[in-house]
Amino acid sequence: MQMESFYDVMRSQGVSRRSFLKFCSLTATSMGLGAGFVPQIAHALENQPRTPVIWLHGLECTCCSESFIRSAHPLAKDAILSMISLDYDDTIMAAAGHQAEAILDEITTKYKGNYIVAVEGNPPLNEDGMFCMPGGEPFVEKLKRVSKDASAIIAWGACASWGCVQAAKPNPTRATPVADVITDKPIIKVPGCPPIPEVMAAVITYMVTFGRIPPLDRQGRPKMFYGQRIHDKCYRRPHFDAGQFVEDWDDEGARKGYCLYKMGCKGPTTYNACSTVRWNDGVSFPIQSGHGCIGCSENGFWDKGSFYDRVVDINQFGIESNADKIGLTVAGAAGAAIVAHAAVSAIKSTALKRQDLKSLNDVQREETR
Amino acid sequence: MKPLKTYGFDNDIPAELGGRRTTAVYVYQAPVRIWHWLTAISVMVLAITGFFIGKPLPTLSGEASAHFLMGYIRFAHFAAAYVLAVGLIFRIYWAIVGNAYSRELFIVPVWDPQWWREFFYEVRWYMFMVRYPKKYVGHNPVGQFAMFCFFLCAVGMILSGFALYGEGLGEQSWAYRMFGWVISLVGGNSMTLHGLHRLGMWFTILFVMLHIYAAIREDIMSKQSMISTMVSGFRMFKS
Repeated sequence: MQMESFYDVMRSQGVSRRSFLKFCSLTATSMGLGAGFVPQIAHALENQPRTPVIWLHGLECTCCSESFIRSAHPLAKDAILSMISLDYDDTIMAAAGHQAEAILDEITTKYKGNYIVAVEGNPPLNEDGMFCMPGGEPFVEKLKRVSKDASAIIAWGACASWGCVQAAKPNPTRATPVADVITDKPIIKVPGCPPIPEVMAAVITYMVTFGRIPPLDRQGRPKMFYGQRIHDKCYRRPHFDAGQFVEDWDDEGARKGYCLYKMGCKGPTTYNACSTVRWNDGVSFPIQSGHGCIGCSENGFWDKGSFYDRVVDINQFGIESNADKIGLTVAGAAGAAIVAHAAVSAIKSTALKRQDLKSLNDVQREETR
Repeated sequence: MKPLKTYGFDNDIPAELGGRRTTAVYVYQAPVRIWHWLTAISVMVLAITGFFIGKPLPTLSGEASAHFLMGYIRFAHFAAAYVLAVGLIFRIYWAIVGNAYSRELFIVPVWDPQWWREFFYEVRWYMFMVRYPKKYVGHNPVGQFAMFCFFLCAVGMILSGFALYGEGLGEQSWAYRMFGWVISLVGGNSMTLHGLHRLGMWFTILFVMLHIYAAIREDIMSKQSMISTMVSGFRMFKS
């Protein structure tokens, strides 16, 4: 079966070859690739068939979709209409009900092994998955059914990647990350709450351009966007190194844009591209707006203590205890114990010495007698 | 009959007043002593700088270009960490080539009932339940156990520390390649590792407190030298 290429679709939409090549170089730039990759991208787009994408929604808030449709480089319009063939997305597709579900069956059989499943949200496993029932079917079963013949799976956002808020303690529905349910397919985690739109679009672009999944780090995230911490490229980093911190939300440091580390900024432990790509077409990102990073792209960020502390609570040792409280308590107790022990030692030792000397004197007296 | 193997000796009452003798045994070889004091200095630097990395000093005003306080604190932390790590590797090497006492930190004879008997004898000594401690050329069993705990703690601190250090150096760095797995081990969010690393700091502080107290106390009360031994290498036994 002949599948049309991206280039065919773009030309049929009235895009000139010149604009097409411009688009290729823009895509290369946005992915951090050199000029040499432009012909490669153009070649791929001219020759590779469009990849059908099925976009599933589980337990989620749709912030990933909201983010994705605001992508500026490349425009979501370009990504959806010309690069991929977004054949199923129950939130934004025109078809509904049985019509929509029929498309799902059609794609999974017609493009068996050649389509990508993009998952937004995650499946709850408790009560046989009854907590999430799109189209009258538990989401966990829909996910398994659709993923069976997929070539790869993209886990959008913190929900699909790690579990996010619905998986935070005590996780009543047992919301489970996609990677724990689908174990036999390559899974690309694009965490964030939501992920950066340009990052989402670029991951798709990479996959359809090169026909393979992007290089992933230890935790399955694309290295090109999750290879560095917010802290590493933060424009407030010089204030961190200098030792200039915001100590209060309304102090001089806050006005001057000092480092938000002391306000609990999670930039030093968060892998994402916010400090370079930024948000809303590069306008700003949380730290630039004066609030610390909450680490929304990190595993279990809801359960890692306050957003406003660096030395955060460790609940294993009781609610609201942290390393410093535990340490100070233990060190204080040890200090008191040492003082007490030393006092007892001194008293005992003096008493013993007196006894010993006495007994020795007795011995000497006995010997001389 | 084969004499029972014991670790310590002579927990009798002191000999008579007139006949006091002092015996000296060479215990800690020069590299062990140098390692001890280098580790002591580096642990002190690490704890102080580490504390202020987690909870930084009050903010500085003026231009960012005029200061590098956090940078220097972190530099001192990393430099001391290298000293600790390289020192520990050297110390493990010395356990292989050094004298018998140099192995006590790493090999605790927990399989030996006699060692346990003497361990509990020592515990009773610390709890004022026996009158005189046994004497040991090397470590007493409780001390040896504490040293082993510190060794494990130091390994944990080096693994977690270099994993966090690797995050700063970047994913391509040797530190991240070698130690990045530690972050995955604790669930992938390095906030957890930061917390554990800080708990390790407090454990080390606890160890240092007890270590110094026990050394001073034993020096005074157990008729064997402790502090001067780590300087000269010789253990003096007064009987």
